[in-house]
Amino acid sequence: MDIILLNIIILVYVLAIGYLGYKGWRETKDSEDYMVAGRKIHPYVMAMSYGATFISTSAIVGFGGVAGLFGMGLLWLTFLNIFVGIFIAFVLFGKRTRKMGHNLGAMTFSELLAKRFDSKFIQYFSGLVIFLGMPMYASVVLIGAARFIETTLAIDFDIALLLFSIIIAAYVVLGGLKGVMYTDAMQATIMFVGMAFLLLMTYSQLGGVVPAHQALTDLASLVPANLASMGHEGWTSMPASGSAWWWTLISTLVLGVGIGALAMPQLVVRFMTVKSSRELNRAVLIGGVFILMMTGVAFVVGALSNVYFVQQDGVISIAAAQGNADSIIPIFINSAMPDWFVYVFMLSLLAAGMSTLSSQFHAQGTAIGRDVYETITGMRGGRSILITRVGIILAVILAVILGYILPGSIIARGTAIFFGLCASAFLSMYGCALFWKRATKAGAIAGLVVGTFVSLFWLVFVHQKEAAALGIAKMVLGRDVLITSMPWPVVDPIVVALPLAFVATVAVSLATQPPAPEHLEKCFKGIK
Amino acid sequence: MLGINDPWIWGVYLLSFLSALLCVAYGLVNWNKGGKTETDEILEEVVWEEGEVEMEEKELGL
Repeated sequence: MDIILLNIIILVYVLAIGYLGYKGWRETKDSEDYMVAGRKIHPYVMAMSYGATFISTSAIVGFGGVAGLFGMGLLWLTFLNIFVGIFIAFVLFGKRTRKMGHNLGAMTFSELLAKRFDSKFIQYFSGLVIFLGMPMYASVVLIGAARFIETTLAIDFDIALLLFSIIIAAYVVLGGLKGVMYTDAMQATIMFVGMAFLLLMTYSQLGGVVPAHQALTDLASLVPANLASMGHEGWTSMPASGSAWWWTLISTLVLGVGIGALAMPQLVVRFMTVKSSRELNRAVLIGGVFILMMTGVAFVVGALSNVYFVQQDGVISIAAAQGNADSIIPIFINSAMPDWFVYVFMLSLLAAGMSTLSSQFHAQGTAIGRDVYETITGMRGGRSILITRVGIILAVILAVILGYILPGSIIARGTAIFFGLCASAFLSMYGCALFWKRATKAGAIAGLVVGTFVSLFWLVFVHQKEAAALGIAKMVLGRDVLITSMPWPVVDPIVVALPLAFVATVAVSLATQPPAPEHLEKCFKGIK
Repeated sequence: MLGINDPWIWGVYLLSFLSALLCVAYGLVNWNKGGKTETDEILEEVVWEEGEVEMEEKELGL
C-alpha cells in the first residue's frame, strides 16, 4: 500500500473540508444561520446532507457487518430507510415541519415541539434526552471510522479516534449548520461514488448477481450450530419466525432504526433549512437513490462477504473477523479489494463518519445552548451561540470517552438503542404535533415522559443484551432480566414504549382542554 | 429468483429498488410544485391588501 499517496489524498480531502467549513463560517451572521442555515439551503445540499447525516460508518461498517452475520434479511431495513426514512419523512412530515417551524420561528426539533405545545418543559426535557442520549450514538459512529483507520493505516485506534474528533469539532464549532451541510454534501457525493464501486466490484468478483446470490444460498449448511439453534436459517433466508434471531432482526435492527429515523432531531432540523416545499420535492428524488446506494449496498456486500471468505479461507465472515461483527467490512475491503479501491473506500468512510458526527455534535450543541440554556435563563443572542459551541466541545469529549470504553460488536446496537429511544420519546408527540390539532400540552408531555422512561426501564430491566451488561437488574432482582420467558428478553424497547407513548398522548389529550384556536391558527397557518 | 429461494428476501431486494423508484417518480412529477416561499406569501398579502384599499377608494370616489 502506498501510504504517501493515501496521505496526500486525505490531505486534499481535509483541505476541501477546511474550505467548506470556512465558507460556512463566513456566511454565518446570526443564530438563524448557525442553527438552521438561514433557511435557504439548496435542495441538492439539503438532500445529500440529510442522507449523509442519516448514513454513517454505523450503517456501512456496523450494519454491513451485522448483514455478514444475519444475512440479507437486513434489507427490510433498507426498504424502511427509503420508504419511511425518505418518502414518508419528506412528503408527510417534512413539509409540515418546514412550514410549522417557520410559523413558530423554531430553530431546533425540541423548540418546534415546545412552541407547538407552548411548553418550556418539553424543550428542556427533550434537549436533555438529546444531549445525554446522543453521545452513545456518536461514539459508535466514531468507533466505526477509527476501526477502519486502524485497519487501513495501521494507526493506533486511540490516536485515530482522537484525531478524527478534533478535525470534526473544529469545523462544527466555527461553521455552524451551514459549514456542516456544505461539507455533508461533498462527503455524500464521495460516499455515493465509493459505494457504487463497491457494489460493482463485489458482484464482478463473485461472478455476477445471480451466481453470487446462489453461492450465498448454498452456504446455508455452514451456519454455526449456536446460531442455527437461535433461528438462523442461512444468509438468503429470513430467520425462523418468532425465534430469538428473528426478534432481534425485526424488532431491534429493522423496526428500531427504520421507524426511529422519523424522530431523529438532527434529521428533522434539515426540513427547516429550505425555503419552500419545492426543495423538499426535489430532495425526495436525490434522497431515495442515495439511501438505496448506501444501505442497500452495505447490506448486500456484508452478506456476500461470507462467499468471499469461504472461497478464500474456508470460514464464514464472523469467523474471519474473529467474532467482532464490526470488523467484517474493514477486513473484507482490505483483503478482497485492490489497493486503489481501499483508498476510495477509506475516503468514503471518513466522509460517512464525519458527516454524521458533525450533525450529531451540532444537534447536541444546540440542544444544550438553545433548548436548555436559553429556555431556563431566557438569555438569547451571542451568549447562546457561545454556550452552543461549549456544548459541541462537551459532546465531542463525551463521545471520545465512550469510544474508548465501549466493547466490540457495539456499533449497530448502539445506533439501534438511540434510534429506538428517539422514536419512543418523540414520535408520538411529533406526529400529533403535525397531524392532530386536538393534541394538548399535557398529552404531549405524557407521551414524551412515558416513551422515555418505559424505553429506559426496558433497556435496564428487560432487554437481555443491555440489562445483562448493565447489571442493575441483577443487583436489584438477583437475576439478569425481569421477565425470563421468551420472547420478552429479545423484544426491543420500541415495540413496547412507542405504542404506550401514543396511548398516553391520545388518552391525556382527550381528557384535557383543547388548545386555544388562535394558537392553532398560528401553528397551522399555510398547512393544508 | 435472482439466486435467492426465500420470497421474503428476493421480495425485499426488489421492493428496495421499487421504493427508490417511487422517490424518483415523486420528485420528477412534483419537480416544480410547491415553490411558494414565506416571502411570496407576505408579498401576496400586501398586494391583496393594496387591492382592497384601491377598491374602497374607488367606491368612495376618491
